[in-house]
Amino acid sequence: MNYKKLNGDEKILLSHGGGGRETAALIKDILFAEFYGPDSNIIDYDNGQNQIKLLEDAAILDSPKKIAFTTDSFTVSPIFFKGGDIGKLSVAGTVNDLSVMGAKPLFLSLGLIIEEGFLMEDLKKIINSVVQEAKKSGVKIVTGDTKVVPVGKADGIFINTSGIGEVLYENISVYNITDGDVIIVSGDVGDHGSAVMSQRDGIDMDVAIESDCASLWDMIELVLKQGCRVSAIRDATRGGLAAVLNEWASAAGINIHIEENEIPIKDSVKGFCEFLGFEPYQLACEGRVIFAVKSGYENRVIEILRSHPSGKNAKVIGIAGDKNRSDGRFKGKVILRGIYGVDRLLDYPSGELLPRIC
Amino acid sequence: MSIYSSFKQKNDIERLVFLINSEAKETINIMEICGGHTHSIMKYGLNALIKDKINFLHGPGCPVCVMPIKRIDAAICIAGLPDVILVAYGDIMRVPGTNSSLIKERAKGKDIRMIYSPLDIIKIVGDKSNKNKKIVFFAIGFETTTPMTAALLEEVIIKKIENVFFYINHVLVPPPINAILDSNDSLIDGFICPGHVSVITGSGIYSDIVQKYKKSAVISGFEPYDILSGTLLIVRQINDNNPSVEIAYKRAVKEEGNKKAQDLVNKYFRVRDEFEWRGFGNIAKSGLRLRDEFKYFDAEYVFADELKALELNEDFKENTGCKCGEILRGKLKPVDCPLFGKVCIPENPVGACMVSSEGACSAYYKYRNF
Repeated sequence: MNYKKLNGDEKILLSHGGGGRETAALIKDILFAEFYGPDSNIIDYDNGQNQIKLLEDAAILDSPKKIAFTTDSFTVSPIFFKGGDIGKLSVAGTVNDLSVMGAKPLFLSLGLIIEEGFLMEDLKKIINSVVQEAKKSGVKIVTGDTKVVPVGKADGIFINTSGIGEVLYENISVYNITDGDVIIVSGDVGDHGSAVMSQRDGIDMDVAIESDCASLWDMIELVLKQGCRVSAIRDATRGGLAAVLNEWASAAGINIHIEENEIPIKDSVKGFCEFLGFEPYQLACEGRVIFAVKSGYENRVIEILRSHPSGKNAKVIGIAGDKNRSDGRFKGKVILRGIYGVDRLLDYPSGELLPRIC
Repeated sequence: MSIYSSFKQKNDIERLVFLINSEAKETINIMEICGGHTHSIMKYGLNALIKDKINFLHGPGCPVCVMPIKRIDAAICIAGLPDVILVAYGDIMRVPGTNSSLIKERAKGKDIRMIYSPLDIIKIVGDKSNKNKKIVFFAIGFETTTPMTAALLEEVIIKKIENVFFYINHVLVPPPINAILDSNDSLIDGFICPGHVSVITGSGIYSDIVQKYKKSAVISGFEPYDILSGTLLIVRQINDNNPSVEIAYKRAVKEEGNKKAQDLVNKYFRVRDEFEWRGFGNIAKSGLRLRDEFKYFDAEYVFADELKALELNEDFKENTGCKCGEILRGKLKPVDCPLFGKVCIPENPVGACMVSSEGACSAYYKYRNF
């Protein structure tokens, strides 16, 4: 059994998840070949600082004093989208979850649930994306699992990644947000959601929008290591900017005021959303973070973010708990000042995003 | 300047707001018929900018909102028949029927698919695994979407496809407007009429509003600029005591409309004697159905026996506290309803105006800038 050279039409079979020869061949020729090179020694591989025994049941790792630990599962349709694929997403997502807690991403696990009949070639592409994305932040994939389920029991491929990071910057928490904190977004919002939705069955629109999917540890660390007083950081994923801001407002128990004019957003994303009746602030991002920073630090943070390619469109978009604009009707809400100066609520997204016709 | 931003420019909006506020002599009641207009007004806060002079009332122009519950039940019933694929627009998926919704039925394993364009159904037909399936299109919408349904039927006939059926729920804009104006207690001075409807029908469909009821009817697009310039035209018509049909959306609407689309609709559709509107009851000549010669494509004919069982069910009773009937007639606003925002919220909609994201209550709840 040898999958080193693929014809392009080989498919994943149930037996690839059976734990026997087929499983071993799949892991060696597709997974390890991408991770460690085509002729990696399956028995023992020197992974630099950590000895990874490739066929052991668990990875034995040196652990830093204080770690952050997180997990996330990834399912996306389509699996390959403009600007990325599920492999890139599954690494960047977990890397970012660690990063926003001030933790340097160190180790990831990679769990694959693959539908019988999935193209081996596509799996190889996905694993290649995993490897490439992991390199960007220096995170190591140290353990994994592969299961195959019968046709119809999964949507192509599902990936779970768990991540361990070393906490280098402590005390970054939504509960630190207080009146006067300045809200910053690191770049254009809604790109990932628009890119993915536009390629979905039933919408299929040709829009020139690429997913913003990216690992952001190096950008976030730039801000943190300069000593800027950051209350909280959050990556805007599902639910977009609106979900993050609402979670913050309700956790901190204060209103967050946002200036619609200041939110960076591409005209193509605005147009796409308007056409289908979506709120762009509720669409997913996969490479944007929101910062709440103490007043006075905002210019420095913007300057640092803009020095990084992922943060070149960073903007100050609002303020937490502006006393001059307090509105007795609301507490713990996000209030958006529209482009003509009228305030309105920016609510949590709810329900499945469904395009409208009328 | 992109097409996206050119009809939203702040200085244009400020100029229109100034003109409306200075020219209107007293408060004018304007009903925007379409849910799309309601949403634009609320989203951009246009109502707040001209609140001293213009009182916007929100009309019945959301086809999902006004769909009676028993027609949702019928769609759910059809979706449950053997070998049926029910195809629907996204808007209708969440709307609750008596016991369930299409989205819940899909979760239970029914084959219910969402499309954006009816012609996507040809792709579903093309999938060989669907050869023995009955593909039923839950067609809804005003004059805007009817030509797309007609175009699909034409394609189905040309391609000799035998397994596509149509559950027709297309409705017309003018009949409910006339019904509102027929009640003597209407406050409305003029109407902002939906631009996309007139792209198809032209401007003539509103002649009754002007001639019979002596009210203004201005056809407008959905951008802030379009809505406010339409509003200004109504203000000026009232000042001149000259109610008429005007087009404030000339970049898209021609007086005669789209003749080709009209012909296509007339070829396949006839007007029903009456159609039930949620929140209104029956309105004469307000809905469409396939012409008799196309009855073999008509789900109401093909599945008549299965649907008959539903008709025996007792009619759904609306919550008596719900004010949607009055809201759709422009007599009340969403905030006047005792259920609004309390028991009636988008996740648990009680009445017509909350069930669809395009409904007036849904817009008020979402933006809450009142």
